[in-house]
Amino acid sequence: MSDINVQRRQFLKTSVGAAAVAIAPGMLLFDMAHGKTEAVTGKVRWGMLIDTANCADGCNECVTACNKENGLSGGLSPTDSQWIRKVDLRDKRSGREFSLPMMCQHCENPPCVDVCPTGSSFKRADGIVLVDKHLCIGCRYCMMACPYKARSFVHEPLHDQKPDVPRGKGTVESCTMCVHRVDKGQQPACAEACPNKSILFGNLNDPESDISKKIRSVASIQIRADLGLNTGLRYQGL
Amino acid sequence: MNQMASHSPLRFKNRLYYALLAAGGLIVLLGLYAAHMMETHGHIITGMNNQIVWGAPHVFAIFLIISASGVLNVSSIGSVFNKPAYKARAPLAGLLSIAMLAGGLTVLMLDLGRPERIIVAATHYNITSVFAWNILLYSGMFAAVVVYLWTMMEQRMKAWSKPAGFLVLVWRFILTTGTGVIFSFLVARQAFGTAILPPMFIVISFAWGMAVFHIVQSSIYAWNAKSLDEYVQKRMRNLMGLFVIAALYFVATYHLTNLYFAKQTEFERFILIGGGVYPLLFWAGYILVGNILPLLLIYHPSFGKTGSVIVASILIIFGGFSLLYVLIIGGQAFPLSIFPGFEASSSFGDGAIGLYQPSIPEIMLGVGGVGISFLITAIGIRVLDFVPREIPKSP
Repeated sequence: MSDINVQRRQFLKTSVGAAAVAIAPGMLLFDMAHGKTEAVTGKVRWGMLIDTANCADGCNECVTACNKENGLSGGLSPTDSQWIRKVDLRDKRSGREFSLPMMCQHCENPPCVDVCPTGSSFKRADGIVLVDKHLCIGCRYCMMACPYKARSFVHEPLHDQKPDVPRGKGTVESCTMCVHRVDKGQQPACAEACPNKSILFGNLNDPESDISKKIRSVASIQIRADLGLNTGLRYQGL
Repeated sequence: MNQMASHSPLRFKNRLYYALLAAGGLIVLLGLYAAHMMETHGHIITGMNNQIVWGAPHVFAIFLIISASGVLNVSSIGSVFNKPAYKARAPLAGLLSIAMLAGGLTVLMLDLGRPERIIVAATHYNITSVFAWNILLYSGMFAAVVVYLWTMMEQRMKAWSKPAGFLVLVWRFILTTGTGVIFSFLVARQAFGTAILPPMFIVISFAWGMAVFHIVQSSIYAWNAKSLDEYVQKRMRNLMGLFVIAALYFVATYHLTNLYFAKQTEFERFILIGGGVYPLLFWAGYILVGNILPLLLIYHPSFGKTGSVIVASILIIFGGFSLLYVLIIGGQAFPLSIFPGFEASSSFGDGAIGLYQPSIPEIMLGVGGVGISFLITAIGIRVLDFVPREIPKSP
């Protein structure tokens, strides 16, 4: 009788131990994979202020950094993805010339999100507009709807992708504001790479953030503000 | 001897029918092969790119979907407005509508970047998306037309054919509005983003649907060595002419209002004068071939016979493809006005006219959709009673 009891206890002990050993690494990996557990909230609205006066002609550092960070090929054909590009501008009346970086403007009312049939285009609570690559069916309606030509369609099979930046052939993609870096408390790659510090990244909802203070003190505009989309990106000196 | 003489034309026709079916099947297979290639290699093998994101497949698909709605005019005039001459043709119009809707939707679906995920469109539904609404509108349309056909073909259900016809009438108005709204909702594109597009699409659908109906009806009559009642032919011909004129009115209004807005004049100059293939297709393809010539063939006293009406119908369809090519592809080729007042240039085509050359696979896909419509029609007519039975002396 007691023999059986001892055996039973032994069995239970071994089972619990084995279960713990089996589950623990999974829990650890699950934790690692999920990183920060708290959800993003609307208390934060990420945005950027771009100083066009400081943005040097011919400088492409932000584009290069974006391509490297997100594993884009850097190709410039009409079928290659370009999440950020330098646009050269010339005022038709005065002839003033300058250039600026152009990418997803992370609108508060994004047309891409409105038109997406599956809801794969979505806006996070903190204002970052993203594409869920698992839901995108590749209809390209968001590309038709975007007023900023910010989106690219993946026209070819992809290789050697970055683990933090999911992409896929036949889906649409655009600037993610380096959400994988932002969630770790870092800056987007373009802002970090700009040699002239022309891209100021920060929380638009925090009145004490550098970006909010600067927006209060210098004149800046949203591109195509007439559309009423309330973009998360603002441009100074345009 | 006599027996042989009477049998061999029949046998020949039988063989011809199967040959036509085989040809249609081959075209469909080529279309499916093209879709398979696009899926394997990606859209790189099409002419579409990051500026012209919708190309030839969309021209084919939207033509088929618009015509699928318009062809039902024939049924509506019969069932809802009680014109016997049209009532006799309502089942054929219903069949054509289903056939073209199936063809058009197949093309749209196979052109997706991830066609295998089409089920996601049903499981994840974004209520603000007109594409998502259209998924319901298109599937509802199939159902409504099937029910309508059933009420017409099943004696016991005859009493329901008028309400069913009315449902189809309302449904197709909403459906074509939904198709037009796809473009109307594009706020930042100068070619689109106007509320005139849905009504324009509706009126245009009448003309194109009628043209498709004329061609199919004439082919069926010729096949069966029957001749169309002259009165019926005259009425349907004149109605088609009227629709063509009404569609032209909408297209003219669209361009004239644009010309009046200073911010739109550059776009209009591109589409109507300076844009190369687009003005050519607009003036030669749509205005001349799609309107002036068919209207002459319809209304000029020396024409107006069956042959002229068939030619007019073919020209109207050609004009329709031209108009859609100009509207859809020309509308994307003109650069977005992101920085009004500035000249823009970049590595991503800012400020530049988008280049587009339709590739063989995407044309094969589009033609494959037409093939699907042909197959459904040809088989439908053979197995069910769709051939219009003349009611002599229609009032």
